Amino acid sequence: MTINARLRPSDLARVASVGVRTRKLRAALSALGIAIGVAAIVAVLGLSSSSQAGLLSQISKLGTNLLTVTNGQSFSGQPVELPKAAPGMIGRIGPVTEVQETGTVKNTSAYRSPLIPTTDGNALSVDAASLGLLQTLRTTMAQGNFLNAESEREPVAVLGAAAAQRLGIDRVFSGERVWVGGQWFYVAGILNPAALVPSIDSSVLVGFPAAQTYLGFDGNPSTIYVRAETDDVAAVQSVLADTANPEDPGGAAVSQPSAALVAQADAQSAFNGLFLGLGAVALLVGAVGVANIMVISVLERRSEIGLRRALGATQGHIRIQFLAEAILLSLLGGTVGVGLGVLSTAIYAAAKGWAIVVPALAWGGGFGAALLIGAVAGLLPALRAARMSPTEALWAV
Amino acid sequence: MSNEPNIHDMTQTTCDPPRPQLDNGGPRPVLEVRNVTRTYASEPPVQALRGVSFAVQPGELVAVVGPSGSGKTTLLHLMGTLDRPSTGTVRITGLDVAAMSDRQLAALRATQIGFVFQQFFLSEHSTLVENVADGLLYTGTRPADRRAQALNALGLVGLADRPDARPTQLSGGQRQRVAIARALVGRPSIVLADEPTGNLDSATGASIVELLQDLHDAGVTIVVITHDRSLADRLPRRIEMLDGRIIADTATATPTGTGSVPVDATNAVHADDSRLRSGRQP
Repeated sequence: MTINARLRPSDLARVASVGVRTRKLRAALSALGIAIGVAAIVAVLGLSSSSQAGLLSQISKLGTNLLTVTNGQSFSGQPVELPKAAPGMIGRIGPVTEVQETGTVKNTSAYRSPLIPTTDGNALSVDAASLGLLQTLRTTMAQGNFLNAESEREPVAVLGAAAAQRLGIDRVFSGERVWVGGQWFYVAGILNPAALVPSIDSSVLVGFPAAQTYLGFDGNPSTIYVRAETDDVAAVQSVLADTANPEDPGGAAVSQPSAALVAQADAQSAFNGLFLGLGAVALLVGAVGVANIMVISVLERRSEIGLRRALGATQGHIRIQFLAEAILLSLLGGTVGVGLGVLSTAIYAAAKGWAIVVPALAWGGGFGAALLIGAVAGLLPALRAARMSPTEALWAV
Repeated sequence: MSNEPNIHDMTQTTCDPPRPQLDNGGPRPVLEVRNVTRTYASEPPVQALRGVSFAVQPGELVAVVGPSGSGKTTLLHLMGTLDRPSTGTVRITGLDVAAMSDRQLAALRATQIGFVFQQFFLSEHSTLVENVADGLLYTGTRPADRRAQALNALGLVGLADRPDARPTQLSGGQRQRVAIARALVGRPSIVLADEPTGNLDSATGASIVELLQDLHDAGVTIVVITHDRSLADRLPRRIEMLDGRIIADTATATPTGTGSVPVDATNAVHADDSRLRSGRQP
């Protein structure tokens, strides 16, 4: 005779939670191991996604529609100057909205004072800059003012963020000056770091007319900054080299600065491996803890097992009860872990001003890992419980 | 027990497990033990039972009495289908235990056998009615029916008024009553009680014996395993064991040391039994 006495889900949940309900502290501690592991994994994936989201939102704020044209090299390795007319020609491309330029003043360096040896150039370049550069690069002044129609004709300089630091200038006050190309230039302002174009940071910027008047600048642009309609960036990019330097298009290098930032965002996840590994180790330790607790639980609850067998439980009933209990423990840990992971991601991302992003892989994987661990950790104890002889279980006290 | 449900009410519920068909109309032993031995594989092997034969008819109240080491606990294991004999046959309601799988034996225990233990084995974290309802957990009965039948069974042992109490709030005697209710809730063919008064003082023990006798009067088949001769003497039939053999069975009234008790030796079938059994037939 057999009867269809499969346990109902509600009954299974009740018998599986006996151990958790009757030994709360022990259950909490054994679930803690799983919780820590899952929390570590969720937090690592969440933080990396959130920081990526933060970077991407910064990129979109700066705009992905900035293109740069720089003077390249000819086949023989000689530098190729961009024509002076290049910015104007580029400005006539339909979707182009802004064109600005800088020109590197060759063989000229900036120094704090004439007493600094000329060999100690601090790797600062001196660039002539057009007046709308600041707007096109979407950067701002930290102090003072940018060049304007008057100051671009005078010996006046604006310092990039890194340049100011290297020159030891952290404030702009009246009469502040730097030694550029054998004469004093007055400092009008200091720039904030330009995230899209870091090369500007280590530049000392002067006006085009001033560079030509005081520094012997030839007037050729070396970098042209172009903003185009976002939808047409690719089209503009494809014609930019030809437009900038029709005589020698190969001598004009076109790039999209935001692409580098996107690549940087993608590269951040490379650091995750180490932390994910640590999380996996914590999960493994948690799994051993659950298995350990289940083995002890089976031994302690021999009389319960014997009683259930006497009440008519099959070996399968006992097996599923203890397996479900292990899975329940792990899922408890997994739930707490996902919660902790999301919480720590939220706190850190909020502090950094990032969007809070916890990928489905993180929390889904956390739950999945907990489920799997519970099943694996509970299997052996469950099999032992099911194989236990009912007479030994009941009468070996 | 006038205002409490009696065993006959219980037998009229509709969710009875299927009962084995009897091949003749006459009374048939609920439990039949024939030439049973049980040897434990140890060094040297221990022969706990050395050829035991007897039968328990429906409605009997039997004491299996003997000193420790006499084999009565081993006999309980075999009667309860928790263990199998080394040789010989054990039949429960006519079904040969040897021929049954683990699942079949589990189903047999769930529907035909009720256990009462010396240590009660109640869950302290469940209410009385939940403890009793657990007696039906593995029968496939619906939760609502389990609870209804458990309340009924609690009534049989005089605890109908506090179904939601916890075992920790009860005296030892009351706990044993709950355990007896759990054994009865599935309306088993036979109840096996292992030293049911072993953890109780003599007065409480006596009340439990009274309860067993009341149940006996209501037609329940009960086998009590005990080392307590004074308890055994109060029961209608006594099987005395020593060194793995039956040395006396009041049903046959002739001491035997050889284990050759005729299996057709029967006590008078209790008058209530025919009603009880007919009520159980689907």
